[in-house]
Parts: sequence; structure tokens; C-alpha cells
Amino acid sequence: MLSIRNLHAAVDGKEILKGIDLEIKPGEVHAIMGPNGSGKSTLSAVLAGNEAYEVTEGEVLLDGENLLDKETEERARDGIFLAFQYPVEIPGVSNLQFLRTAVNAMRVHRGLEELSAVDFMKLAKETTKQVDLDPAFLKRGVNEGFSGGEKKRNEILQALLLEPRLAILDETDSGLDIDALKVVADGVNALRSPERAVLMVTHYQRLLNHIVPDYVHVLAGGKIVKSGGRELALELEERGYGWLGIKDSDEVEAG
Amino acid sequence: MANTDKQVNELIKREYEHGFVTEIEAETFEPGLNEDIIGRLSAIKKEPQFMLDWRLKAYRRWLEMDEPNWAHVGYPKIDYNAISYYSAPKRKEDMPQSLDDVDPELLKTYEKLGIPLHEREKLAGVAVDAVFDSVSVATTFKEPLAKAGVIFCSISEAIQDYPELVQKYLGSVVPAGDNFFAGLNSAVFSDGTFVYVPKGVRCPMELSTYFRINAANTGQFERTLIIADEGSYVSYLEGCTAPMRDENQLHAAVVELVALDDAQIKYSTVQNWYPGDENGKGGIFNFVTKRGACIGKNSKISWTQVETGSAVTWKYPSCVLRGENSVGEFYSVALTNNYQQADTGTKMVHLGKNTSSTIISKGISAGRSSNAYRGLVKFGPGAEGARNFTQCDSLLIGDQCAAHTFPYIESKNKGAIVEHEATTSKVSDEQMFLCRQRGIDPEQAVSMIVNGFCKEVFKELPMEFAVEAGKLLEVSLEGSVG
Repeated sequence: MLSIRNLHAAVDGKEILKGIDLEIKPGEVHAIMGPNGSGKSTLSAVLAGNEAYEVTEGEVLLDGENLLDKETEERARDGIFLAFQYPVEIPGVSNLQFLRTAVNAMRVHRGLEELSAVDFMKLAKETTKQVDLDPAFLKRGVNEGFSGGEKKRNEILQALLLEPRLAILDETDSGLDIDALKVVADGVNALRSPERAVLMVTHYQRLLNHIVPDYVHVLAGGKIVKSGGRELALELEERGYGWLGIKDSDEVEAG
Repeated sequence: MANTDKQVNELIKREYEHGFVTEIEAETFEPGLNEDIIGRLSAIKKEPQFMLDWRLKAYRRWLEMDEPNWAHVGYPKIDYNAISYYSAPKRKEDMPQSLDDVDPELLKTYEKLGIPLHEREKLAGVAVDAVFDSVSVATTFKEPLAKAGVIFCSISEAIQDYPELVQKYLGSVVPAGDNFFAGLNSAVFSDGTFVYVPKGVRCPMELSTYFRINAANTGQFERTLIIADEGSYVSYLEGCTAPMRDENQLHAAVVELVALDDAQIKYSTVQNWYPGDENGKGGIFNFVTKRGACIGKNSKISWTQVETGSAVTWKYPSCVLRGENSVGEFYSVALTNNYQQADTGTKMVHLGKNTSSTIISKGISAGRSSNAYRGLVKFGPGAEGARNFTQCDSLLIGDQCAAHTFPYIESKNKGAIVEHEATTSKVSDEQMFLCRQRGIDPEQAVSMIVNGFCKEVFKELPMEFAVEAGKLLEVSLEGSVG
């Protein structure tokens, strides 16, 4: 489904990704782990089309088509979904209006009829329950005054409503207590299907206890330095990144 | 992020859709301003002597006044002798007796603007007064309003038919010597709307005036006077458009509102005068004095404005809160794009006890425009227990525009309470990225973000205007994202 080949990307002229190769097939769940500053968030942003990042080399194909030629919104309509690490607020725009606009943009792209306000309300209310959000959240401004955990659950709510082909989760576990983590994980697990793939970017192993990945990749210095199965994550938890010859620097991640 | 700016620049390019000119035979005065012109204007309108005297007094006063230069706007010097002070469509009779007498070209003009004047095509039960250049061409729903005792007519008619009301209230809120443009208007105003709502009457429908400048090189100087007698209520809407012309045109209106005991006036404006082209050529100079006086106790005046047009706007709808417990409100959305300049805001003058006022101002700047909020909150010595809440928010789209906030507070009363909040924000790259990542078109995203920003003001507009205002913002912003 998604082929990343020799991907290089830079921000403000500084190269962050230095040759990433990755194949993701439908139904698979991949986890990208790595220390701060390794380029994890940059990879998610580049795939989603954040224009602050410049692709300097390599290619990304989605179902054989060149993904990098497409605008952000076209990628989204083709099924790329990014759950943000720090979801931004849009004051005054209700979550409901925002979600309906997004869902209908997708539906039009897929040749489906737009949902009426009433039908969408029904669908949205049911889906909020799935991520343990009060339907009252639908009436509030997008992420406006939401707690960290509520914002993350709102991201998963969007993923469930938009039914992406590839869901990219950027540090979705950060800042969540164990209960919220479980709710988010349940939501992601509900997304899993034979047609759909998930790419999880995370610093910690604990998320992987709840969403069990098929593959784990370690990203360091802008490259994938090791790939393996579920057991690789456990090994990282036990031994840290040091045994791979990687320093877990505290420098702020560029992405 | 450079890309959002590029998108913004593209969204900004949008044609003004009301820019057509109506070919109509008009009677137009030669340019120039002197006592003779004022005499002819007064004569053509068959005004009583008191009116002519009032105009001449205002004119002599105006000659000694200076054009204000404190506003945060710049424009070429206006030659007041190069303007024609009267232009009216030629008519077979002195006044159209009914809509059937109105020139079909004129009716077509208003239909093109989406304002059908035929009552059978009534605009959701809104009574309309249509002002074309210097004169009122039609007023709809006169009869049902008359049944309720409401007077809704052109100010020219009111001067003849209700001289005592006009004489009592005209200039009582905005005196001729108030400011340069109000002085000019007092001398040469040609038409406008007059409303009187009698005691205890709740006006049965929304009243509205549509102003249209058509002729070239003319100024529009309309005068609106609304009087809400004790315990009455009226909601009034005004809309404005003009053709696209390369020369700037002057619009210097005066609006006076008077609310007696327990009366309420709600005044809403959707102003879409021609803003000039994308290089800043042409457009309307909108220099307007709007003021309401809450004379009576428990009275309330509420201004809601959505300003998207004009090359230069200088406008401060204000409230003088004289009556005890009277309430003033100002809700404003001002959007500037390309080279538009706006210096707008309000004055809340608290004189009476326990008076309160609310100011919510939302300024949106795009392109290379400049948008300033200027507000004065003043408490007189008698304003015991008075309070004001002000919130000024600015939203910037792109990185070549400017937003300014000039709040002034003067208090001669220690017991008065003032709260002021101000924010400036940008349509951020992150917000745009979030919307687009969810499959939403950039244009739709900007429009959604801007509408969200204005929500507090839009909810104050009458329903049919709120929809219109939302659309107008969308149109005015089109091209500001790619």
C-alpha cells in the first residue's frame, strides 16, 4: 500500500530524514520508535504533506501513485490520516461543523452523497461514545479548552469518522494517563482491519502493550537502524537505545 | 509558512459582484458647493424654511471646520468643489406614488442586487426603503406599518409630513458642529430614512434600507433618523453597494437614533461599498457618523455591523447612555483586504446611573490592508455603578496586513467598572494544516476559521442577515487562499 524509498527531508535547510525505506501492506500495524530528535515526527509530517518540510530526495508511493506530488488535502482524501501530537485549536468553529465538513469532503471524493446535518449528528454521537467523549464535545470549538487527553481522544474520533486507509499516529500516547491510553488504544484497535494500515510513532513501549504491532522499526539519526517484530520493542524497553549504539539525546525534536 | 501566504494572496483576488452601472436618466447638479447649491437642493425637495435655515447654518459652520486627520488612514485630499451634491433619477412625477411609478431600470437594479422591491416578492417580511444616489426611490410595506402606527418613510417625506418630529430630533444626537463630515452632511444631505415607532409598539417587521451609489462623481449624503418612543421596539437593517469606478467616491452619512424610556433599537449594517480594485484604485470613502442616544431610563441601543467594503472607512457607531439603567451594545466585524483601510470602533458615553455597555469587535485583515479598532469608553460624574466590557480581537491573514487597537478610557467616576480584553491572532499554518489534513479545501478552511472568529457577532444579526454576512465574508476572502 505505502512504499517509502530513500526518503530524505529537511526543515529550514537542515536535513532530518536521511534515507528512509519502508513498506507497509494493508492490515499491518507498524511502530516507529526512536529517541528524541531522531526524525519520527518529521516522517509523519512529511507523509501528511506539512509544507514546512522539504523533501530533498526519494519517493513515496501510495497504491503505486506518487504521494509527494499531491496536496495535503488530496492525500487526506486518498486515505492518509494524521493524528496530531499537539492538536491545534480553532476557536468558534464547532467540532461538529468541522467534522461534518471533513467527512463530507471525503464522501464527495469517494463518490458518496454528503451527510445531512441530522444524519451526521447521529453518526458523530455514536462515535463519541466509542472514545468515551461526552457528545457535548461536538458543540464546543475544535480542541478549544480541551484537556490533553480530550484532544487525543478527539483525534481518534476523527480517525474513526474519516475511515482512513493509513492512520499515522504521532506520539498519540504522550501525556495520557493509563485510562485515557486504554481508551485511545481501544479506538485504534477498532480501526484495525484487513484493508487498513496503522503507522504508530512513539517514544515509549507502553502503547504497544495495548496496540500490538506487527513490525517495530527503530529510527535514529534520520535512518531506520533496526527492524524487527514485537519483541524488538520489549528489548528496547529493557535495554534502552544504548545497545544499538544510539544516544537518547534530550535535544528537542525538530518535528 | 510561505505557502499559506501564497494561498492567502490567491484568495484575495476576487471580483466585486455589485460593480455594474445602471444606465438611467438622471438630474445631476454641476459639481460645487456653495449657499446657492444648498438653496437649490432645498428648493427641489420643497423643504420648509426651517430646514433651509438649518442647512445654511450647518454649512457656514462647516466652512470653519477642519477635516479630521487623527484616524489611522491615508487618502488623497478631497476636493469638495469637484463633487456633485445631488443626483436623482428623472421621474415623470415628483414622487412615485407606488412601485408601479418607479422606473423599471431601477427596479431591475435592486433585483440584481438581490433586493426585490415588489411587495409580492417580499424579502422575508422585511420592509425596504431603497435609496438610489440622492433620493429614496421606493419604500415597501408602508400600509401595514401605518396600521401599527409606525412611520417608515424617506427623510424628505418626513420633513414635509412630520416637520415637528424632524425639528425636535434632527441634530439632537449628532449636532451639525459635531465633526467635519457630520457638518457637511447636515448642509447637503439629500435623502435617507425616517422611522418613528410610537409608544408601546413593537414594530411588526424588520425595517431596512438599501443604499446604492450609482452616478459618477457624486457624493452620497444620507441622513437616517430613528425614534423609538416609550416602551417600543424596532429592528433596522441597512445594506450598501456601489458600482466599480476608478475614482473614489464620498459617502458621508449621519445616522441618529433616539430611544426613550424602556425603548429598544437594534441597528444592523451589512456594508459592502465598492472597496477599490486589487491595486487600491477607486472605491468608496465611507466617512460616517452614527450615534444613538439612550435618553430614557431602561432604554437600549444595539449596533451590529459587518463591514467588508469601502476603500477607506471612518466610522464609530456610538451610544450616549443618559437614561438610568440604559444599555449600549456594539458588535462589529470589520474585514479589510487588498489596500482597504478601516478605522472603526465605537464610543460608549456613560452619563446615567447603572448604565452598561458591551463592545465586541472583530477585525480581520488580509492582503495589504490596515484595520484599526478605535474605541472610547467614557464615564461622566453621574455614572454611578456604570460598567463596560470590551473585547477586541484581531485576526491576520497573511503577513502583509496590519491590525491596530486604540482603546481609550476616560472616567470621572470612581465607581465605574471597566473590563478590557484584546487579542491578536493569525490564521495559523497549523490550523490550515489541520483542516487540509482532514480533506478540507483551503478556501473552505479559511472561510470556516474566519466565520468561527466572528461567531459572537454573527449571532447578534437577524437571521437572514447572518446568512448573508457569512456569505459576504466568504466572497470577500475568496482568493486569499489558493
